[in-house]
Amino acid sequence: MREGLTGSRIRERRAMAGLKQAELASRIGISASYLNLIEHNRRRIGGKLLLNIASALGVDASALTEGAEAALIAKLREAASAAKLPKVDVNTADEFAGRFPGWAEVLAAGYRKVGALERTIETLSDRLAHDPKLAASVHELLSTAAAIRSTASILADDKKITTEWRDRFHGNLDQDSRRLAQSSKALVNYLDDQFGDQEGYAIGSPQEEVDAFFAEHDYTFEEIESGTIAAEELVGQSEGLVSGSARHIAREILQQLALDAGEVSLQKLHDQIQSVGMDPIRLARYFAVSVSTILRRLGSLKSLNAGLVVCDRTGSLLFRKPTKGFTIARFDAPCALLPLFDGLSSVGQISRNKIAVAGRSEMEFEVFAVAEPVSVLSYNNAPLVQATMLVLPLKSNELSDLSKPIEIGATCRVCPREHCPARREPSILSSGF
Amino acid sequence: MKKRVLLVEDEPNIIEAITFLLSREGWHVDTQTDGATAVKRVRELQPDLLMLDHMLPGKSGLDILIELRSDDQFRALPILMLTARGQMRDRAEAEAAGVSRFMTKPFSNTEVLAAVRDLTRN
Repeated sequence: MREGLTGSRIRERRAMAGLKQAELASRIGISASYLNLIEHNRRRIGGKLLLNIASALGVDASALTEGAEAALIAKLREAASAAKLPKVDVNTADEFAGRFPGWAEVLAAGYRKVGALERTIETLSDRLAHDPKLAASVHELLSTAAAIRSTASILADDKKITTEWRDRFHGNLDQDSRRLAQSSKALVNYLDDQFGDQEGYAIGSPQEEVDAFFAEHDYTFEEIESGTIAAEELVGQSEGLVSGSARHIAREILQQLALDAGEVSLQKLHDQIQSVGMDPIRLARYFAVSVSTILRRLGSLKSLNAGLVVCDRTGSLLFRKPTKGFTIARFDAPCALLPLFDGLSSVGQISRNKIAVAGRSEMEFEVFAVAEPVSVLSYNNAPLVQATMLVLPLKSNELSDLSKPIEIGATCRVCPREHCPARREPSILSSGF
Repeated sequence: MKKRVLLVEDEPNIIEAITFLLSREGWHVDTQTDGATAVKRVRELQPDLLMLDHMLPGKSGLDILIELRSDDQFRALPILMLTARGQMRDRAEAEAAGVSRFMTKPFSNTEVLAAVRDLTRN
């Protein structure tokens, strides 16, 4: 019975070292036939024998053991699940990896590349409608991904495939993955040419200039926090904020930051969290400020690694700070299911939810959101309102009191949730991608 | 007698994968890599199903679709469009022109086979 891929790895390493089976067996004091069984994954190996083999091959024992194998099998299972194979087939991933370790690596690498492609698509899809050359490049990438996906599925599904077809498909996979690498590189070069350093942040829209400005500063402005520089001055110093609109937007955000910093210092906020926990209502009460202010301050607290989104009464986004696994599309309208928008119809109500963001990693976050008036109140005039949402990354088992997450996506065009009630337009990703 | 599908697609490895899939299902698969002569080929082969890429050299899949649907002989021909262009406008144009099914790349094999079976059930 096969006991993992360690044997396959030993065989590969021995071949790389230019050793015959009998030579290696002799060096480590076992019979060639026993080494043959090990190399074909028919004998479990560990302990001193493994160390001896690793030593004879001049590699670290960990390079031969199960860590990498487990990662490979996990990746194959992930690929199988994504292809919606029956569970019984998913469970044969280890057998597949054991019998065809090289092909399994090819398949896993292809799947990883498709994943990387998906992330590329997500980043670029905003531009598709605006840039025909980019649209053509992405078309090329998607076609290659389609070929890889279809071919990989055949290899994974069809147990009776002939050697001739299998070899041909493996050749195609190899060819397509190279093509994918080349076309991805060409695309990156194109983007560099279009939006590279020589143009500063001259990326397109004022919002993009602002996003790039804040990203460059890592959303941290110590001089504004400490009051040693005014927002106007900092904006004036920036070479990246080219357009008047971008300067205006950045100045407004930084002025708000300066006001917030005057009310709640990050150090005091950090200390108070240690005392009362991550409770925006209690924190707002303690500092005698609005919950919106606290959410914005929490968004600036580096240790939380939080995302932050602010929109006005129309739902137009005024500020967006991404965090790993949570981004807001620049051009397309965001997901209508974001709790950010709930507050606009119930001003003052503070919501706390768990959200799951569609994507490869399906990350979960705890989000607090509130909408509050931002204009001076007067009779018979609805106040201007801004909604603020704080997005806190969750570890896997956190927040058990909010067990069912709200399932959201970045924007409809790149969201794989096919039957979402809030869908505005079809996704460019087909189901199960 | 085997049912016949004409696959008009310029991506060789997609052609190979789909040819394998459909052949395994008992189809006779003809292929065509350029759009310019696709309509002529349809007239010659009289396929039971046409699978059509949207972006093709010579003539777009949409133009081929429009030309075929304007001919009474091919008004009922099942046409499955496979495309990386998944925008609402492209889909709307294809549907207005009479596409039977619109599928975006990268598609799954299961999806393709289900669509083929569905479109040729009768």
